[in-house]
Amino acid sequence: VFSPKDKTIKLWKITERDKRPEGYNLKDEEGKLKDLSTVTSLQVPVLKPMDLMVEVTPRRIFANGHTYHVNSISVNSDCETYMSADDLRINLWHLAITDRSFNIVDIKPANMEDLTEVITASEFHPHHCNLFVYSSSKGSLRLCDMRASALCDKHSKLYEEPEDPSNRSFFSEIISSVSDVKFSHSGRYMLTRDYLTVKVWDLNMETKPVETYQVHDYLRSKLCSLYENDCIFDKFECAWNGSDSVIMTGAYNNFFRMFDRNTKRDVTLEASRESSKPRAILKPRRVCVGGKRRKDDISVDSLDFTKKILHTAWHPTENIIAIAATNNLYIFQDKVNSEMH
Amino acid sequence: DTMFVRGLKRKCFDGEEDIEGTLAGIKAIPSYNLQRQSLLDMSLVKLQLCHMLVEPNLCRSVLIANTVRQIQEEMTQDGTWQMINTQSTGQASLDRLVSTDILCRSSREQAEGKHVSGYSTFNKDFEGNQAQDSSETMSTTSSLQAPRNLQSNAWEMENPQENKGNFQKSLDQIFETLENKSPNSVEDLFSEVDNSYYDFDTMLTGMMSNTKMGHCDGLETFPSPTTTASNSNCKSDLNELDHIVEILVES
Repeated sequence: VFSPKDKTIKLWKITERDKRPEGYNLKDEEGKLKDLSTVTSLQVPVLKPMDLMVEVTPRRIFANGHTYHVNSISVNSDCETYMSADDLRINLWHLAITDRSFNIVDIKPANMEDLTEVITASEFHPHHCNLFVYSSSKGSLRLCDMRASALCDKHSKLYEEPEDPSNRSFFSEIISSVSDVKFSHSGRYMLTRDYLTVKVWDLNMETKPVETYQVHDYLRSKLCSLYENDCIFDKFECAWNGSDSVIMTGAYNNFFRMFDRNTKRDVTLEASRESSKPRAILKPRRVCVGGKRRKDDISVDSLDFTKKILHTAWHPTENIIAIAATNNLYIFQDKVNSEMH
Repeated sequence: DTMFVRGLKRKCFDGEEDIEGTLAGIKAIPSYNLQRQSLLDMSLVKLQLCHMLVEPNLCRSVLIANTVRQIQEEMTQDGTWQMINTQSTGQASLDRLVSTDILCRSSREQAEGKHVSGYSTFNKDFEGNQAQDSSETMSTTSSLQAPRNLQSNAWEMENPQENKGNFQKSLDQIFETLENKSPNSVEDLFSEVDNSYYDFDTMLTGMMSNTKMGHCDGLETFPSPTTTASNSNCKSDLNELDHIVEILVES
């Protein structure tokens, strides 16, 4: 498990322990040394079961590689290298070498006065260990090939959707900033999250995404308030399910959204203790935007913007999801018989 | 500036696209120009507050600065920008667009006298005494952000980081230099790094000693126009580094 703490990257090993040895010869049960004169025979320590304990130990520390805050880390399909991205640079590391890295992308301008765009996320291709993508604060994606040159400043492909002139405002650029990019498991598509939408891109089509889903379009008329309270800068993650048929992302009020790419159905669910007990099925939620208001609908004005679900993950093969809501982590799984949850 | 204190209770202007059409109307909705000016002012305050943090969020700063530029460009095309500037400074305004340079200057660099080119309303505040202004803007911040508790929490969390920020800033300076040096010197620096990073105390001590070496090396070659200021900061930085080690080790 990698954790970038601002600018230092750490590799942690997670181990589970559910047994412990008992019956040492030299130490007693509390770990104190025994009085050797009381030891009359030798015994072999025996493993006895204990409560499951999860331990995390740091195994590698990759320091001094970044001048700016690290926003993403991606392990390569070769399982030997990984890359880390900060606002202006991307470095390539070897998992076993902690004291050096190679810089593969550098968008820092010669004159910082000219800086208008930063790197927001990056990921390696799941199958081609020479390909990676990085996203920018202007909403563009760049696919790079490490075989082309040592410094991948020239992209192989640039994915950008032209701006919709009818929706233009002073906030257009901010809401187009990509907060997360994820390759599909198949490697054919990329998923991006910007402030109001999630988009599916076909690697072969650079001019526009193939699918766009509205996460919370009712916020479009509130952008000024969201700029004032800084919520407009929130960075939400996105995720694919194992078969690349469903995509998921978080929102406000502890809501998270799922979109089925085949049926085009979507659902809003809530991760909170009040609304769900363990093992209960989650009830779909709805945000009403004027017009008819059903029972249990939440109005836009009563959404809690401090309850944001920024981090979501989907198990690579099973239908199990992890949702981080403020200080709580929720794990959900689907019921075998029912349709999409 | 009382405008932002009032701003708490008043709903921010949204649906600005609709405003021009409905203006004749029922209640007193502020004009587009006023809205735009208010957005500009809000953005400038946000940018100024970024400087108070030793480690500003670069992405956010860039986005806000781009927004300011857009507004100023539109105002220039309107002719409104020229009007404002002739009133306050009596100069033509076309080249007074915001420089992104402000993004990467910490408040310390401001105090060292580097001038920030820029926008009319905030020009005087910037050139003035940074230290004095900071307390005023701090209270503005807390009143602006009071209804959103998480914002004030984030602000409070920043303060213990400030010392760490100075330490990081020293590292930043080192890396600016290192980028310009030949690969050999980079390897020399890293060859001193102790690889047995399993013990946190060892790691911290290792990092600190590298920083001390690197900092002084960096200063000798760092092409800074304000050399005297940097030299005097070196000692205080080392003292702060020791201080930081104490804090980090204790925590």
